[in-house]
Amino acid sequence: MDILDLEKKINSELTSKITFSEIRHGQLYLNINCEDISEVLLFLKNNSHTKFRQLVDITAVDYPEQTERFKMVYLLISHEFNNRIVLSYYINENEIVPSITQIFPSANWMEREVFDMYGIKFKDHPDLRRILTDYNFEGFPLRKDFPLTGHSEVRYSEDEKKVIYEPVKLEQNYRNFDYESPWEGTKYIKDIKKTND
Amino acid sequence: MTKEKKTLNLNFGPQHPAAHGVLRLILELDGEVVEKADPHIGLLHRGTEKLIEYKTYAQAVPYFDRLDYVAPMNQEHAFALAVEKILNLEVPIRGQFIRVIFCEIGRILSHILNVTTQAMDVGALTPTLWGFEEREKLMGFYERVSGSRLHANYFRPGGVHQDLPRGLLEDITDFCKKFPKIIDDLETLLTDNRIFKQRNVDIGVVSKQDALDYSFSGVMLRGSGVPWDLRKSQPYDCYEQIDFKIPVGKNGDCYDRYLCRIEEMRESVNIINQCLVKIPKGPVKTQDAKVTPPPKKDLKNSMEALIHHFKLFTEGYRVDKDEIYRAVEAPKGEFGVYLISDGSNKPYKCKIKAPGFSHLQAMNYLIKGHMLADVPAVLGSMDIVFGEVDR
Repeated sequence: MDILDLEKKINSELTSKITFSEIRHGQLYLNINCEDISEVLLFLKNNSHTKFRQLVDITAVDYPEQTERFKMVYLLISHEFNNRIVLSYYINENEIVPSITQIFPSANWMEREVFDMYGIKFKDHPDLRRILTDYNFEGFPLRKDFPLTGHSEVRYSEDEKKVIYEPVKLEQNYRNFDYESPWEGTKYIKDIKKTND
Repeated sequence: MTKEKKTLNLNFGPQHPAAHGVLRLILELDGEVVEKADPHIGLLHRGTEKLIEYKTYAQAVPYFDRLDYVAPMNQEHAFALAVEKILNLEVPIRGQFIRVIFCEIGRILSHILNVTTQAMDVGALTPTLWGFEEREKLMGFYERVSGSRLHANYFRPGGVHQDLPRGLLEDITDFCKKFPKIIDDLETLLTDNRIFKQRNVDIGVVSKQDALDYSFSGVMLRGSGVPWDLRKSQPYDCYEQIDFKIPVGKNGDCYDRYLCRIEEMRESVNIINQCLVKIPKGPVKTQDAKVTPPPKKDLKNSMEALIHHFKLFTEGYRVDKDEIYRAVEAPKGEFGVYLISDGSNKPYKCKIKAPGFSHLQAMNYLIKGHMLADVPAVLGSMDIVFGEVDR
C-alpha cells in the first residue's frame, strides 16, 4: 500500500480522530488529540492495511510561547509496506499523557527520557524514573527555559574527600552570539529588497 | 524445613571492561542465575541535543562524531541527509560515492570492534589483536581524508568537505584485496571454535515478534530473521546503483548475530569495490554557494567568494521552517535524526534516535534466566556504544 492510499485509508477509518494529515518528504504527518493516542496506535499497529508494528522513537518539542506548550511526537515504521508516520499532538504544560507501554514495550525508556528531559508525566507508566541525567538531578534540561550551562556543577573536594555539587560559577557569562542581525541589513534595505521582489 | 529463597543484588559496572563503556547494571541473582537486570545509563550524557540547539547547522555536525565513536561518519550522514532534504540539495554523484565508501568503511570499523571484543568478552584475545591492526589501517583512511582518525567532521550537508587526496583510492583498493583474507582468518579462530559456540549459541535469543516490539533495528533485527535494511528498502545516496546482499539470521541468538556481522563485512568490501569501479570525476559537494563554502584559493581573488566564506562561517546558512525524520542504516541499526528547523541558522530541535538505546532497553528481557557469565556475551552481541546510548 503506497503512502497516498495509506493517507486515504487512515483518514476514512479514523475520520473523527485525525485533526490534520499531510504527506511531505515521503512521510505521513498526522495530528491527533491527546486522548486518542492509544486508540490510534492500536489501529495503526493491528490493521492489516497499515501494519505499523514498530515504534521508532518518542520525543517532545517545547514551544514556551504557546498555550499548549509541548508537542508530543511518535515516530512509527511499517516494515511490510515500507512507510513512516510522524504522529503528533499538543498538550498543556501540566497535562498528564497516557503511556503507551501496553502497546509497545519499547516505549518504556523512550517515555522515561521524555519525562527526564521535559518533565512530561505519563499515566500508568510502570517505572517513571529519570534515565539520562544524574541521580538527584533537578530541572528539565531540554526545556527552552533551562540554561545551556545548567544549574549545578560537580567536583571532587579535597577537604571533604568526596564529590560535591555546587551552583555553577562561570568566569565569564555564556555569550550567545547573534550573527543573524547584521546581515539582514537595516530596515530601509529590507524594504527596498521587498519592493524589488 | 522449607528453603527460603534469597536473591543477591550485584552491581555490575560502571567501570567494568566487559560493560563496553560506562554501563551500570544492577543484577538480581538467584545463585548464578540472573532474575532481573536494571541498566542505569546516562553516565556519559553530554547533552548533545541541547548543545545542537545552540549551534549553527555546520557547527552541529561534529557532535555526531561523538555519538557512536567507532563509526563516526555514519552518524554525520543522517544529519546531512536530513538538512539536504529540507534545503532540497542535490549531492553531486562523486560526493555520493565517496560517502558510501566511507559509510562502508565505518561499518567495517564498527563490526571489527564488535566481533573481536565480543570474542574477548568470552575469552579469546587473539581476534582483538588481529582486528585492531585492520582498524588502524581504516582509521588511516579517515585521517587522510578528513585530518583526524576519529572525529572526522567530513560529511557536510551538501556533500563532503573536500575531495579525496591523491592515491587514496588505490590504497583502499589494496585494502579491499587483502581484507577478506583477514576475515577468513578471524573466522578460523571463532566460527567453528567450540568454546566460542558454547558461549554464544542459544544465548540471548530474540524472536521475530519481540525484535519488532522492542524497536530493534540493524543486526539485532536481521539476526532474528527479519530481512530489513534501510540501504535496500529506503535507499539514500547511491546505494540504489549498487548490488549487494543482506545477510539474515535464523535463530536470533548471539551466534547468529556474530555471523551476520561477519557476512556484512564481506558485503561492505563488495560495496566498496563496486564504488571504486564506478566512482566518477567531478565535484564532491553541491555548488550552491549559499550552503557550501568556496575553495580557499578563490578567497584571494574573488570578492563574492570572500563574502560567502565570511557569511557561512559567522552566520551560517538558514534552513526553512520544516520538520523531518531521516534515518540511515548505521552499523548498529537505524540511526535517525528528527529535525525541526524554524527558518533561522540553528536547529530548533534535533532528536537523535540511537539504535543502542532500544537495544539496551531489552537487556532485562534478554538476560532473564541466563547465567551471570552470559551477561557479557549478550551485552557484546548487542553492540552497545555509550556515546550514542547516552548522547
